Amino acid sequence: MIEIVALVLLLSMGIILIRALLGPSLFDRILAVNVFSTKTALLIAVYAWIIDRPDILDIAIVYALINFIAVIAFLKLIVRGDLAASSPEHQR
Amino acid sequence: MIELIVNSALLLFLLIVAIAVVRLRQLLVSVMMFGLYSLLTASIFVVMLAADVAFTEAAVGAGIATVLMLAALARLPAEKEEARSRGQFWPLVLVTATGVLLIYGTIDMPGFGNADTAAHRGVAAQYIENAPVETGIPNMVTSILASYRGLDTLGEVLVIFTAGLGVLLVLGGIHPAIGSRLNSQEGQSSDTQEQSG
Repeated sequence: MIEIVALVLLLSMGIILIRALLGPSLFDRILAVNVFSTKTALLIAVYAWIIDRPDILDIAIVYALINFIAVIAFLKLIVRGDLAASSPEHQR
Repeated sequence: MIELIVNSALLLFLLIVAIAVVRLRQLLVSVMMFGLYSLLTASIFVVMLAADVAFTEAAVGAGIATVLMLAALARLPAEKEEARSRGQFWPLVLVTATGVLLIYGTIDMPGFGNADTAAHRGVAAQYIENAPVETGIPNMVTSILASYRGLDTLGEVLVIFTAGLGVLLVLGGIHPAIGSRLNSQEGQSSDTQEQSG
Protein backbone atom coordinates (compact mmCIF):
# COMPACT_ATOMS: atom_id res chain seq x y z
CA MET A 1 0.00 0.00 0.00
CA ILE A 2 2.74 2.45 0.95
CA GLU A 3 4.45 1.54 -2.32
CA ILE A 4 1.56 3.18 -4.18
CA VAL A 5 2.26 6.39 -2.25
CA ALA A 6 5.88 6.24 -3.42
CA LEU A 7 4.79 5.71 -7.01
CA VAL A 8 2.35 8.63 -6.90
CA LEU A 9 5.08 10.82 -5.40
CA LEU A 10 7.46 9.85 -8.22
CA LEU A 11 4.75 10.60 -10.78
CA SER A 12 4.08 14.03 -9.29
CA MET A 13 7.85 14.72 -9.22
CA GLY A 14 7.93 13.99 -12.94
CA ILE A 15 5.04 16.35 -13.64
CA ILE A 16 6.61 19.11 -11.52
CA LEU A 17 9.92 18.62 -13.31
CA ILE A 18 8.15 19.26 -16.62
CA ARG A 19 6.77 22.52 -15.18
CA ALA A 20 10.27 23.49 -13.96
CA LEU A 21 11.70 22.90 -17.43
CA LEU A 22 8.94 24.61 -19.41
CA GLY A 23 7.84 27.24 -16.89
CA PRO A 24 7.29 30.45 -18.82
CA SER A 25 8.05 32.81 -15.93
CA LEU A 26 10.81 32.69 -13.36
CA PHE A 27 8.34 32.33 -10.51
CA ASP A 28 6.80 29.22 -12.06
CA ARG A 29 10.23 27.67 -11.98
CA ILE A 30 10.94 28.76 -8.39
CA LEU A 31 7.63 27.30 -7.25
CA ALA A 32 8.32 24.10 -9.19
CA VAL A 33 11.79 23.74 -7.64
CA ASN A 34 10.32 24.35 -4.19
CA VAL A 35 7.56 21.76 -4.65
CA PHE A 36 10.02 19.28 -6.17
CA SER A 37 12.22 19.56 -3.07
CA THR A 38 9.21 19.04 -0.83
CA LYS A 39 8.26 15.95 -2.79
CA THR A 40 11.82 14.68 -2.47
CA ALA A 41 11.66 15.02 1.31
CA LEU A 42 8.32 13.19 1.32
CA LEU A 43 9.69 10.45 -0.92
CA ILE A 44 12.63 9.92 1.43
CA ALA A 45 10.28 9.70 4.41
CA VAL A 46 8.12 7.13 2.59
CA TYR A 47 11.19 5.24 1.42
CA ALA A 48 12.54 5.12 4.99
CA TRP A 49 9.25 3.50 5.99
CA ILE A 50 9.40 1.01 3.10
CA ILE A 51 12.93 -0.23 3.85
CA ASP A 52 12.33 0.07 7.61
CA ARG A 53 15.21 2.45 8.37
CA PRO A 54 13.78 5.26 10.55
CA ASP A 55 17.20 6.96 10.92
CA ILE A 56 16.89 8.14 7.33
CA LEU A 57 14.02 10.40 8.42
CA ASP A 58 16.66 12.89 9.67
CA ILE A 59 17.76 13.46 6.10
CA ALA A 60 14.20 14.33 5.10
CA ILE A 61 14.22 17.04 7.81
CA VAL A 62 17.54 18.41 6.53
CA TYR A 63 16.05 18.55 3.01
CA ALA A 64 13.06 20.53 4.18
CA LEU A 65 15.36 23.09 5.89
CA ILE A 66 17.79 23.37 2.96
CA ASN A 67 14.94 23.82 0.50
CA PHE A 68 13.68 26.77 2.51
CA ILE A 69 17.11 28.48 2.52
CA ALA A 70 17.61 28.06 -1.23
CA VAL A 71 14.17 29.48 -2.09
CA ILE A 72 14.71 32.47 0.21
CA ALA A 73 18.06 33.13 -1.47
CA PHE A 74 16.47 32.98 -4.94
CA LEU A 75 13.69 35.37 -4.04
CA LYS A 76 16.06 37.78 -2.32
CA LEU A 77 18.31 37.87 -5.35
CA ILE A 78 15.38 38.60 -7.63
CA VAL A 79 13.76 41.26 -5.44
CA ARG A 80 16.83 43.06 -4.08
CA GLY A 81 19.39 42.21 -6.74
CA ASP A 82 21.95 41.37 -4.08
CA LEU A 83 22.25 38.63 -1.51
CA ALA A 84 24.10 40.82 1.01
CA ALA A 85 21.43 43.55 1.23
CA SER A 86 20.04 43.20 4.71
CA SER A 87 19.32 46.63 6.14
CA PRO A 88 15.92 48.28 5.53
CA GLU A 89 17.31 51.30 3.62
CA HIS A 90 18.09 49.05 0.69
CA GLN A 91 14.42 48.35 0.42
CA ARG A 92 12.28 50.57 -1.78
CA MET B 1 10.71 -4.08 -6.98
CA ILE B 2 9.83 -0.68 -5.53
CA GLU B 3 13.53 0.01 -4.96
CA LEU B 4 14.22 -0.64 -8.63
CA ILE B 5 11.44 1.75 -9.67
CA VAL B 6 12.62 4.48 -7.28
CA ASN B 7 16.21 4.06 -8.47
CA SER B 8 15.27 4.20 -12.15
CA ALA B 9 12.98 7.19 -11.72
CA LEU B 10 15.56 9.17 -9.73
CA LEU B 11 18.30 8.41 -12.27
CA LEU B 12 15.96 9.43 -15.11
CA PHE B 13 15.16 12.72 -13.35
CA LEU B 14 18.90 13.23 -12.79
CA LEU B 15 19.58 12.78 -16.50
CA ILE B 16 16.80 15.21 -17.50
CA VAL B 17 17.98 17.85 -15.01
CA ALA B 18 21.62 17.46 -16.08
CA ILE B 19 20.70 18.06 -19.73
CA ALA B 20 18.51 21.01 -18.68
CA VAL B 21 21.41 22.62 -16.76
CA VAL B 22 23.49 22.63 -19.93
CA ARG B 23 20.76 23.54 -22.42
CA LEU B 24 18.87 26.32 -20.60
CA ARG B 25 20.22 29.73 -21.59
CA GLN B 26 19.26 31.66 -18.45
CA LEU B 27 21.94 31.50 -15.77
CA LEU B 28 19.53 31.87 -12.83
CA VAL B 29 17.42 28.96 -14.09
CA SER B 30 20.57 26.89 -14.56
CA VAL B 31 21.50 27.52 -10.92
CA MET B 32 18.00 26.37 -9.88
CA MET B 33 18.36 23.21 -11.92
CA PHE B 34 21.78 22.65 -10.40
CA GLY B 35 20.21 22.77 -6.94
CA LEU B 36 17.71 20.13 -8.08
CA TYR B 37 20.60 18.07 -9.44
CA SER B 38 22.31 18.07 -6.03
CA LEU B 39 19.03 17.18 -4.33
CA LEU B 40 18.49 14.23 -6.68
CA THR B 41 22.08 13.06 -6.19
CA ALA B 42 21.55 13.15 -2.44
CA SER B 43 18.31 11.17 -2.84
CA ILE B 44 20.21 8.51 -4.77
CA PHE B 45 22.74 8.39 -1.90
CA VAL B 46 19.81 7.83 0.47
CA VAL B 47 18.50 4.98 -1.70
CA MET B 48 22.01 3.48 -1.58
CA LEU B 49 21.83 3.77 2.25
CA ALA B 50 24.81 6.16 2.43
CA ALA B 51 23.16 8.43 4.99
CA ASP B 52 26.29 10.40 5.93
CA VAL B 53 27.14 11.20 2.32
CA ALA B 54 23.53 12.19 1.68
CA PHE B 55 23.68 14.61 4.63
CA THR B 56 26.81 16.25 3.26
CA GLU B 57 25.48 16.43 -0.28
CA ALA B 58 22.18 17.94 0.87
CA ALA B 59 23.82 20.57 3.07
CA VAL B 60 26.76 21.49 0.85
CA GLY B 61 25.50 20.68 -2.64
CA ALA B 62 21.88 21.75 -2.49
CA GLY B 63 22.27 24.40 0.21
CA ILE B 64 25.59 26.24 0.36
CA ALA B 65 26.65 25.71 -3.26
CA THR B 66 23.34 27.09 -4.57
CA VAL B 67 23.57 30.18 -2.38
CA LEU B 68 27.23 30.72 -3.35
CA MET B 69 26.36 30.48 -7.04
CA LEU B 70 23.55 33.00 -6.52
CA ALA B 71 26.03 35.33 -4.77
CA ALA B 72 28.37 34.96 -7.73
CA LEU B 73 25.45 35.62 -10.10
CA ALA B 74 24.65 38.87 -8.27
CA ARG B 75 28.19 40.06 -9.00
CA LEU B 76 28.00 39.50 -12.73
CA PRO B 77 27.63 42.53 -14.98
CA ALA B 78 24.12 43.34 -16.13
CA GLU B 79 24.69 43.10 -19.87
CA LYS B 80 24.00 39.74 -21.37
CA GLU B 81 26.66 37.87 -23.19
CA GLU B 82 25.92 35.36 -25.87
CA ALA B 83 28.41 32.58 -25.28
CA ARG B 84 27.65 30.36 -28.21
CA SER B 85 30.70 28.44 -29.35
CA ARG B 86 31.05 27.76 -33.06
CA GLY B 87 33.04 24.56 -33.32
CA GLN B 88 31.41 21.89 -31.19
CA PHE B 89 32.88 18.88 -32.94
CA TRP B 90 36.25 18.53 -31.19
CA PRO B 91 34.86 19.20 -27.68
CA LEU B 92 32.32 16.44 -28.34
CA VAL B 93 35.09 14.05 -29.39
CA LEU B 94 37.13 14.95 -26.29
CA VAL B 95 34.19 14.51 -23.92
CA THR B 96 33.17 11.22 -25.53
CA ALA B 97 36.73 9.89 -25.32
CA THR B 98 36.98 10.89 -21.64
CA GLY B 99 33.63 9.24 -20.93
CA VAL B 100 34.66 6.01 -22.64
CA LEU B 101 37.94 5.98 -20.68
CA LEU B 102 36.09 6.54 -17.40
CA ILE B 103 33.62 3.73 -18.16
CA TYR B 104 36.58 1.52 -19.08
CA GLY B 105 38.11 2.41 -15.71
CA THR B 106 35.00 1.24 -13.84
CA ILE B 107 35.19 -2.25 -15.34
CA ASP B 108 37.93 -3.21 -12.88
CA MET B 109 35.93 -1.93 -9.90
CA PRO B 110 34.27 -4.50 -7.64
CA GLY B 111 30.52 -4.99 -7.88
CA PHE B 112 28.16 -2.78 -5.87
CA GLY B 113 27.72 -4.16 -2.35
CA ASN B 114 30.29 -6.91 -2.87
CA ALA B 115 31.54 -8.10 0.53
CA ASP B 116 34.77 -9.59 -0.81
CA THR B 117 36.41 -6.35 -1.94
CA ALA B 118 39.82 -5.28 -0.66
CA ALA B 119 38.29 -2.44 1.35
CA HIS B 120 36.15 -4.87 3.34
CA ARG B 121 38.78 -7.55 3.97
CA GLY B 122 41.32 -5.23 5.61
CA VAL B 123 40.71 -3.19 8.71
CA ALA B 124 36.93 -2.96 8.35
CA ALA B 125 36.19 -6.02 10.49
CA GLN B 126 38.54 -4.72 13.17
CA TYR B 127 36.78 -1.32 13.13
CA ILE B 128 33.36 -2.92 13.48
CA GLU B 129 34.58 -5.10 16.35
CA ASN B 130 36.59 -2.55 18.34
CA ALA B 131 35.27 0.90 17.47
CA PRO B 132 32.43 1.16 20.02
CA VAL B 133 34.69 -0.09 22.83
CA GLU B 134 37.87 1.81 21.95
CA THR B 135 36.38 5.20 21.11
CA GLY B 136 33.07 5.19 22.98
CA ILE B 137 31.27 6.73 19.98
CA PRO B 138 28.07 4.90 19.04
CA ASN B 139 28.14 5.92 15.36
CA MET B 140 30.77 3.86 13.58
CA VAL B 141 31.41 6.26 10.70
CA THR B 142 31.91 9.13 13.12
CA SER B 143 34.27 7.07 15.28
CA ILE B 144 36.45 6.27 12.25
CA LEU B 145 36.44 9.83 10.89
CA ALA B 146 36.93 11.63 14.18
CA SER B 147 39.13 9.19 16.07
CA TYR B 148 41.02 6.68 13.93
CA ARG B 149 41.46 9.11 11.05
CA GLY B 150 41.48 12.27 13.14
CA LEU B 151 44.63 13.75 11.54
CA ASP B 152 43.16 13.11 8.10
CA THR B 153 40.00 14.94 9.10
CA LEU B 154 42.08 17.82 10.46
CA GLY B 155 43.70 18.14 7.04
CA GLU B 156 40.27 18.20 5.41
CA VAL B 157 39.13 20.92 7.79
CA LEU B 158 42.22 22.94 6.80
CA VAL B 159 41.38 22.52 3.10
CA ILE B 160 37.74 23.55 3.61
CA PHE B 161 38.77 26.53 5.75
CA THR B 162 41.16 27.68 3.02
CA ALA B 163 38.43 27.27 0.41
CA GLY B 164 36.03 29.30 2.57
CA LEU B 165 38.62 32.08 2.91
CA GLY B 166 39.07 32.11 -0.86
CA VAL B 167 35.33 32.36 -1.45
CA LEU B 168 35.05 35.22 1.05
CA LEU B 169 37.91 37.08 -0.63
CA VAL B 170 36.36 36.65 -4.08
CA LEU B 171 32.73 37.42 -3.16
CA GLY B 172 33.20 39.83 -0.26
CA GLY B 173 35.69 42.16 -1.93
CA ILE B 174 35.73 45.96 -1.77
CA HIS B 175 33.51 46.43 -4.84
CA PRO B 176 29.83 46.96 -4.08
CA ALA B 177 27.42 44.58 -5.72
CA ILE B 178 26.83 45.40 -9.33
CA GLY B 179 23.24 44.34 -9.10
CA SER B 180 20.74 42.08 -10.62
CA ARG B 181 20.57 41.19 -14.28
CA LEU B 182 16.81 41.09 -14.03
CA ASN B 183 16.09 44.67 -13.00
CA SER B 184 19.31 46.48 -13.79
CA GLN B 185 17.99 49.97 -13.07
CA GLU B 186 17.15 49.08 -9.51
CA GLY B 187 20.55 47.47 -9.08
CA GLN B 188 22.34 50.60 -10.28
CA SER B 189 20.39 52.97 -8.08
CA SER B 190 20.91 50.82 -4.99
CA ASP B 191 24.59 50.79 -5.95
CA THR B 192 24.87 54.56 -5.69
CA GLN B 193 22.92 54.43 -2.46
CA GLU B 194 25.48 52.05 -1.03
CA GLN B 195 28.40 54.23 -2.03
CA SER B 196 26.89 57.38 -0.57
CA GLY B 197 25.73 55.69 2.60
